[in-house]
Amino acid sequence: MPRSPASRRTTHRLAADAGLLVLAGAFVLPLAWVVLSSLDTGANLRVKVPDGLTLDNFDAVLTPEITFTPLLNSLLLCGGGTALTVGCAALAAYPLSRFRSRFNRPFLLTILFATSLPITAIMVPVYALFVRVNLIDTMQGTIFFFAASQLPFAIWLMKNFMDGVPKELEEAAWTDGASSLQSLLRVVLPLMGPGVAVVTVFSFVMMWGNFFVPFMLLLSPDQMPASVSINDFFGNRGMVAYGQLAAFSIVYSTPVILLYVLVARRLGGGFALSGAVKG
Amino acid sequence: MRNARSLIRALPVSPAVVLLVLFLGGPIAYCAWIAFTDLQLTGQAEESFVGFDNFRTAFGDEAFLNAVWLTLVFTVVSALVGQNTLGLALAALMQRASKPVRTLVGGIVVTAWVLPEVVAGFLLYAFFRREGTLNTLLEWLHLPTQNWLFTLPILAVSFANVWRGTAFSMLVYTAALGEIPKEITEAAEVDGAGGWRRMWHITLPMIRRSIGTNLMLITLQTLSVFGLIWVMTRGGPGGRSQTLPLFMYEEAFQKSMIGYGTAVALLLLVVGSLFSVVYLRLLRTEV
Repeated sequence: MPRSPASRRTTHRLAADAGLLVLAGAFVLPLAWVVLSSLDTGANLRVKVPDGLTLDNFDAVLTPEITFTPLLNSLLLCGGGTALTVGCAALAAYPLSRFRSRFNRPFLLTILFATSLPITAIMVPVYALFVRVNLIDTMQGTIFFFAASQLPFAIWLMKNFMDGVPKELEEAAWTDGASSLQSLLRVVLPLMGPGVAVVTVFSFVMMWGNFFVPFMLLLSPDQMPASVSINDFFGNRGMVAYGQLAAFSIVYSTPVILLYVLVARRLGGGFALSGAVKG
Repeated sequence: MRNARSLIRALPVSPAVVLLVLFLGGPIAYCAWIAFTDLQLTGQAEESFVGFDNFRTAFGDEAFLNAVWLTLVFTVVSALVGQNTLGLALAALMQRASKPVRTLVGGIVVTAWVLPEVVAGFLLYAFFRREGTLNTLLEWLHLPTQNWLFTLPILAVSFANVWRGTAFSMLVYTAALGEIPKEITEAAEVDGAGGWRRMWHITLPMIRRSIGTNLMLITLQTLSVFGLIWVMTRGGPGGRSQTLPLFMYEEAFQKSMIGYGTAVALLLLVVGSLFSVVYLRLLRTEV
């Protein structure tokens, strides 16, 4: 007996649901480990029901030395880097989006080319250069490099968002005697608020999770951000307190997950990609 | 007059240009210079020009060739095959799944992607360790267990990269599949084309541009993975998961051969640039 299209569709949906849940099961195991272990009195390396529920692990890591100083360093580095990136990107995107010039196309192509360069590759020469110009082990040097490495993609995204703001609104402001800078600050940027939010959050998340850049450019322990200080849990091959490691991982990851959720809900899942993939 | 006006108009671009030239262009140019010198960290006051010596050394160095091979394995297994196929499969299944399942699964996969690199590294280190979750699972299924990070380190880090990176391909393909008009797939369905045939003859040709850009971008991302592998294996044991970025780091810092390490970096940069140029050509029509 031929099945009706409706019942076939239901079968398909159930099959798709089952397939997805199996795949998600594989993805969820490492995440389950970190959540369960952080609450476990006797955490080890496997996913298991906690021996006893406890917040001791969080208590143990929430000290100035282990958590607050590295997180503050991360905040300074990534906050500074993001502010610089977003500021420079907004300024740069404005003429690219508003005025015709024969330099626009080559500039944008160069920027697009730079977005896909493997930045990891240049960390060794960056280190050598920073030693030479005395920027090694300084917050500002690291911030500058962070900003520069994130700028190509930020300019690209920002320009695409800015193209979406109609020019007429700005022309009205010009007739009222506003300068370009004023119309950028008062008219264009407020109208592309969600776009600016996306660039900001994206830059911040990328820097917050980055390990190699601060690992290379910062040397003194008191300047280390969380991405590098997390290594200390492995100490000198001594006993690793897995529960505390898990608790710290959660504290360190929470801000970026929250930021992502905030922006993703506003703009739909593929937000970060709209600029990169659709051109 | 016109020149003055275009200069003023270009003024806002200058802070970005200064930053990019000093902190990105500068290091790349410096990279191209010291790759041809014998710069070392200690002992030597001035580096001297050595021409192509570093490159000749590299291509005669078994450890370098090993790193090239491992980078190739890592990129093919984790990006081209793993992330790409799994991302497409997830996106295709999501089109048919019910909304709660779609949201749940999407959330889990994206969380793995948003996590800081080092945290992801630790989670998968715990997963693959001898006393970790994977072996517990295998024991439970009565399958043979092994010390994954020792026996198959490059596969372990490749799977870690699949775990971490698949969300990107999933999001790209979800967007691409969402743009295919419903009428086309429905017409094919009415004509009696089964799921696989529809995928092969209709869906894949229609999203081929997305496939191209996705492959390009994930290849570039995978070429520059450092933290994930560093946390899981440090490139070991015995260099068996040492991809080019880790090789570059070890030569430059643990062995203090900055010039040699930079030559490797330059090669990596050149390979990356070639991929970028192909990527630009794929997007050519849109700039």
